[in-house]
Amino acid sequence: MAERPEDLNLPNAVITRIIKEALPDGVNVSKEARRAISQAASVFVLYATSCANNFAMKAKRKTLNAGDVLAAMEEMEFERFLEPLREALEVYKKGQKGKKEVSEQKRKDKEKKNDSENDKSKEDEEEEEERMEEEPEAENEAEEEEEEEEEEVEN
Amino acid sequence: MSRAVLMKMSENNSDKEEQTSSKGKNISLPISRVRLIMKSSPDVSSINQDALFLTTKATELFVQHLALSSFNNGSGKDTNTLSYSDLADTAEESETFHFLTDILPKKILARDYLKSLEEMQEEDADF
Repeated sequence: MAERPEDLNLPNAVITRIIKEALPDGVNVSKEARRAISQAASVFVLYATSCANNFAMKAKRKTLNAGDVLAAMEEMEFERFLEPLREALEVYKKGQKGKKEVSEQKRKDKEKKNDSENDKSKEDEEEEEERMEEEPEAENEAEEEEEEEEEEVEN
Repeated sequence: MSRAVLMKMSENNSDKEEQTSSKGKNISLPISRVRLIMKSSPDVSSINQDALFLTTKATELFVQHLALSSFNNGSGKDTNTLSYSDLADTAEESETFHFLTDILPKKILARDYLKSLEEMQEEDADF
């Protein structure tokens, strides 16, 4: 999938909301300022990523981890973020643990279901062909569901 | 609002029970989008889940920090508006936001620019 330029931007509605929450009540924000902050946020992500990546490479790791990001924040002189970030991470990890258990249970249930369907596959050819035509659709739906599940786990 | 934004918003809303405000412990920005940006950085192979979360959360904190600092620092207090020039001023004046000077350049009026161009040409002519 090719990256379109707008995909490297963050959603305007969310950015606007975060800005409004940070400012005193009733303060206006010009459209230009909103757009600029959104772009600045994207640049921030790039800068933080590059910085964190340096720490990972120093440690001869190919995967960026939490420590790298925190180190990057310090490097970028955003120490004020460290405390709230650590707290948020704790809460996030607890949430992830719960979700993982739920999705593992779902997967187990799905496996049980698939096993019992496979036992029924002894039919005559015509019916098999029909089902084969239908199956791709069903498979796609299952795939989509799985994708959604994965997204939820991430979010 | 574009459909993409609406879809993203509904994605966020489906997790509503878990999200408080962005000040709370969870996040509003879509992690998938942040990951896209991170992956566009050269030399980055893979990013673990926690790192992804932290970067997203940090970006939210950054947006808040930039907005508030610019507002407090700028002339917006009188007009009760945060304007682009507040941001550009802050990028230039504050060390922490210095990395933004390229994308938040200060603006000058076209006529001032043309004037300084003329002056430069005159200097060359005198020479």
